[in-house]
Amino acid sequence: MSVHLLVDFGSTYTKLVAVDLEKEEIVGTSRSMTTVKTDVLEGFNLALEKLEKAHPDMGEITAISACSSAAGGLKMAAIGLVEELTAEAAKRACLGAGALVNHVYSHHLSKKEIKELKQANIDIILLAGGTDGGNKECIIHNAKKLAEAKLDVPVIVAGNKDAEDEIDEIFAAAETEYYIVDNVMPKLRELHVESAKEVIRKIFITKIIEGKGIKKAEQKTGEIIMPTPEAVLQAAELLAKGHEDEEGLGELMVIDIGGATTDVHTIGRGLPKRTEVILKGLQEPFAKRTVEGDLGVRHSANALLSIVSPFGFRKYYREPDAEEDDKLDDDFFENGVKKRQEQIDYLPESDEEKAFDRALARICTDYSMSRHVGSVEVVHTPLGNMYYQTGKDLTSMKYVIGTGGVLIFNEDAKAILREVQHKSDKKLELRPTDSEFLIDEMYIMSAMGLLGQKHPKLALKLLKRHLR
Amino acid sequence: MVSVHTVVIGVIGADVHAVGNKIIEHVLKKHGFNVVNIGVLSSQEDFINAAIETDAKAILVSSLYGHGEMDCKYMKENCEEAGLGHVKLYVGGNIVVGKQDFKEVEARFKKMGFDRVYPPGADIEEAAEQLKEDLGSP
Repeated sequence: MSVHLLVDFGSTYTKLVAVDLEKEEIVGTSRSMTTVKTDVLEGFNLALEKLEKAHPDMGEITAISACSSAAGGLKMAAIGLVEELTAEAAKRACLGAGALVNHVYSHHLSKKEIKELKQANIDIILLAGGTDGGNKECIIHNAKKLAEAKLDVPVIVAGNKDAEDEIDEIFAAAETEYYIVDNVMPKLRELHVESAKEVIRKIFITKIIEGKGIKKAEQKTGEIIMPTPEAVLQAAELLAKGHEDEEGLGELMVIDIGGATTDVHTIGRGLPKRTEVILKGLQEPFAKRTVEGDLGVRHSANALLSIVSPFGFRKYYREPDAEEDDKLDDDFFENGVKKRQEQIDYLPESDEEKAFDRALARICTDYSMSRHVGSVEVVHTPLGNMYYQTGKDLTSMKYVIGTGGVLIFNEDAKAILREVQHKSDKKLELRPTDSEFLIDEMYIMSAMGLLGQKHPKLALKLLKRHLR
Repeated sequence: MVSVHTVVIGVIGADVHAVGNKIIEHVLKKHGFNVVNIGVLSSQEDFINAAIETDAKAILVSSLYGHGEMDCKYMKENCEEAGLGHVKLYVGGNIVVGKQDFKEVEARFKKMGFDRVYPPGADIEEAAEQLKEDLGSP
């Protein structure tokens, strides 16, 4: 028997999944607290012991693959020229590579913005600007500012190729670590993120994990091959597309609610469904990921309360058909949130506490959906109403898959996922309307993304078997 | 890369007339311009964003449905606001409501900040020559 071990060094837990390659099944899973502050291998060894104890007849581990989002994950800044064009393209490249992007800048970088970048503890900067043959003045200005700032952060240059040589000289002279790759927007509105993503991953593997103290794990686990969110995105893409004669599920969405962030991945074109709707804006990636740094059920719990207010919170806390419950005062909500923020590995036990977690997760789902899906805008013109769509139309998504601790361990996970269809009163959002809900009960999405690198067909089979 | 002038063309507002737009693209390309065609149903913002990213030297606005005057309002001011004061602005087609004296229409659009104004049925070859004249050698 030969076993492939998949490891996910998460921000809270180190999670293991063991897959028997011959029997084509999951032997077992285990987890332990991530121990990045002392020695990351401590947590790993503990989880492995647990796994071996529970499955003493587990075969020999012949291969190990790992991904990581520990120590804050991969933090990137994206810089472009026009906010809706190259700045957005750069941001999407970062997101697609599994990064968290809290800093996006457009046009000329100012002193204030450079100062912000210095303080932001960024892992990699992606510098874009101008189509090929287009504006090069701005990206050169920004390259100079970055070089002067001596940030000690690697810079990936993915802008107008006409500016490459000059930027090459600027960064070489300043001894900045830099990489020049293809333009993220070579032609107007055309998105081209693959080569930027590849270099992000390369830097992540070689440098970032070392700085975060995870490099040590490689002695045991072999190379850590990607950030966890990218592994989830790859699993989602595999599950949607299928592999050889093993059919995929078609267009789908994955929602990953974590302690600090909520990720939404969609696999599908999302083109307008009606002929009178006109598509606007930058091209959308087929596999699209967005991540919300203020939506999470532990570290970000407080942010949730400020987004919805205690009054709004009640709506998410109540059972869908229940009467208004006046017994709950504002303190109840504030204490519940505080408890979760202080104790990030808190697991609810009473029904009341479980309902509280469910409410937090519902807020994450509703708001992350609102920020991910496309919308339609009605414009009144002399020729009657015109409909403009920005972003993806996800109304006919077939499957919505939920993953992340709070969804996996909550008995009423599908009630959380139903928030996907929550009607927004703000604008015409193109949310899924009639999807089937599946839960990643065994917490294997990221593991299958890893396994899929070498055994795509097996990973696909296991995903289809274990998502319910 | 050969050094040539980049120009942005498109049809403004809720106008879907696509044929003339394609002909303009064809002719300008033949004359050696790098043409960025943002197509029909484009807003002023679309023209301006495209011109910034592509470093265009001129924006050529088409309108055939009669409401061009409304759609082009404050376009020059918006260009200046976006740092595109140096970019040449052209407009052409059925740019006003009904049949009006073209001399007056031209004067009105020039006052709005457009560098050249073309009446219905204008010769694009001629416009291409004037464009070369206005932009000079790259």
